[in-house]
Amino acid sequence: MDFDIFIKILIAAVAAGTPFVYAALGELITEKSGVLNLGVEGMMLVGAITGFIAMSKTGSLLLAVASGMTAGALMAAIFAVLTLTLMANQVASGLALTIFGIGLSAFLGLNYTSIALPGIAELHIPLLGDIPVLGKLFFSYDILVYGSLMLFILVSWFLYKTRAGLILRGIGEAPKSAHALGYNVIRIRYLAVLFGGAMAGLGGVYLSVAYTPVWVEGMVAGRGWVSLALVVFATWRPIRVLFGAYLFGAITIAQFHVQGLGIDIPSQLLSMLPYLATILVLVIISRDLTAIRLNSPASLGITYHPDNL
Amino acid sequence: MFVKIEPRPEPSRVMKYCSPLIAAFLMLISGLIIFTILGKDPVQAFFAFFIQPVHDLYGIGELFIKAAPLMLIGTGLAIGFRANIWNIGAEGQMALGAIFGGYIAILFHGSNSHFILPLMILCGAIGGILWAAIPAFLRTIFNANEILVSLMLNYVALLLLEFLVHGPLRDPGGYGFPQSVLFADSAMLPILIEGTRLHLGVLISIIGVTVGWVFLEKSFTGYQLQVAGLAQRAATYAGFNYKKLIWTGMLAGGLTAGIAGVLEIAGPIGQLLPSVSPGYGYAAIIVAFVGRLHPGGIFLSSLLMALLYLGGESGQMNLDLPSAVTGIFQGLLLFYLLAADFLIYYRVRPGTAQQVDG
Repeated sequence: MDFDIFIKILIAAVAAGTPFVYAALGELITEKSGVLNLGVEGMMLVGAITGFIAMSKTGSLLLAVASGMTAGALMAAIFAVLTLTLMANQVASGLALTIFGIGLSAFLGLNYTSIALPGIAELHIPLLGDIPVLGKLFFSYDILVYGSLMLFILVSWFLYKTRAGLILRGIGEAPKSAHALGYNVIRIRYLAVLFGGAMAGLGGVYLSVAYTPVWVEGMVAGRGWVSLALVVFATWRPIRVLFGAYLFGAITIAQFHVQGLGIDIPSQLLSMLPYLATILVLVIISRDLTAIRLNSPASLGITYHPDNL
Repeated sequence: MFVKIEPRPEPSRVMKYCSPLIAAFLMLISGLIIFTILGKDPVQAFFAFFIQPVHDLYGIGELFIKAAPLMLIGTGLAIGFRANIWNIGAEGQMALGAIFGGYIAILFHGSNSHFILPLMILCGAIGGILWAAIPAFLRTIFNANEILVSLMLNYVALLLLEFLVHGPLRDPGGYGFPQSVLFADSAMLPILIEGTRLHLGVLISIIGVTVGWVFLEKSFTGYQLQVAGLAQRAATYAGFNYKKLIWTGMLAGGLTAGIAGVLEIAGPIGQLLPSVSPGYGYAAIIVAFVGRLHPGGIFLSSLLMALLYLGGESGQMNLDLPSAVTGIFQGLLLFYLLAADFLIYYRVRPGTAQQVDG
């Protein structure tokens, strides 16, 4: 394979992996607090259409990002009220959020199905961007891709270098102890869930505004679920989330390149690749029960309320 | 705040049955609000959405046609859900049922044998079971999360169906449209009531729900599932084989979804199409919860969900309401149910609020 093509594939994989970076890092924070939100797909869809509408009405990327994040956070707020205040089952509530998000996004997007946005421009970084090969590989993306890298740094720093991050992890491991130490478990979990929602929404905005700037019903196409799997795959570590996201980005775009190489496989079978890869990856990681037990937040998915003993 | 929220000494049985009704009521209220926001006369829209579709015998038949796959799959899923085994893959298992059953219909296209329909249903059931066996196998052997695996397999199954109707199973005389041949009469479910489209599949589904009820309420395995769901440790100490329960729970969903897939293509659809379900596999999850994971409740909630589908179509035709409203209603219904369930364990009383958050 030509070296230029190889670089092009890498660049495309980073772009394709970016929605996963946002959504999975958001979910990582949520899960670190001990809450499992299965509604990522729904939050991404609502974020995607909200950002798309804002972009097509105003042309402002900032507004698109802001409204997509707000929409994602609002969706997450529904989940938070159900599971944290009303103590509903997290699995059922997350599924409800996804089903609701699919319906709501289809509804909001009714009048936007035939519009194409111009997309957003790549940043041109003087000097650095002009370096042959490496310049292209590292400095040829749009601002949202760099934003996702910033998020990665921020999340890693927050979790492992700050006191607040330590408290968050503590709450995910032992909410009762954290409560006994005087931390407001429910409030901190609310914040973690809202953050996860905002990031899922932002991942959606990236899809509908930058990656493929058109609105298609259900366009998130399982990426929210893949993001959930990525968090498990990463054994709840940000650096592995980043790596996994780009790996899945590469798998997502592999289908186009296989066809480009003239290999004759029906497109539907190639489109199965990311989903099959997700299953494979889950199997490989989950097989090691000890690693999962050691790394997953101990209270993940278990309802907690200070009133309950 | 002048209300006090306090835990009930025991979960309220009354509220357990009331909360689906509260949820349905709140959903209807939200419906009126949504209709008003959309600039429709709420009363007129309400009529078009919830009354018009079922005001005659034909409409009632349509209601049961839509409810049939929901009640059948909902019952199968409830068997797993009771033990916290989450099969989210009914949509894909349904597609596999349709593929397996449809293949039989296409294979014996010229035949008039009475055995074709039973064979289709049998093969559809096998297809659904095989597809559900994948997450069950990966869960029991490799500990892979069954929610994510079964969900991923939905996308794979739908792509497989799409591939088949574009390629190997396409009608050679169909001008290249992605669809199979129209099934012969021998591969179609007979109509039960003149003047409606009500077909034998509806009866089969109701029988399926009844069998599910007997299994859940009267069999030892049904009891084990219930115990495992309420207290997994107790189930382990009692020596229940949790892996066996996982297999039972997952395959029950696959079985019912596979059969439902066949009943759809041999009933209202009549051929294989790129899509054989408007999201029944997901809607059945809501049906199972709103029906309190009990076959009797599932029967009732499937009728409500079917009405939402019909109402979406009717509202679109009569009032130009977007049919996507159906999805919003479905989601809201489950939200309200989960919220109303709070009242099973807590009660709200007048009084001074206590500090509840710590």
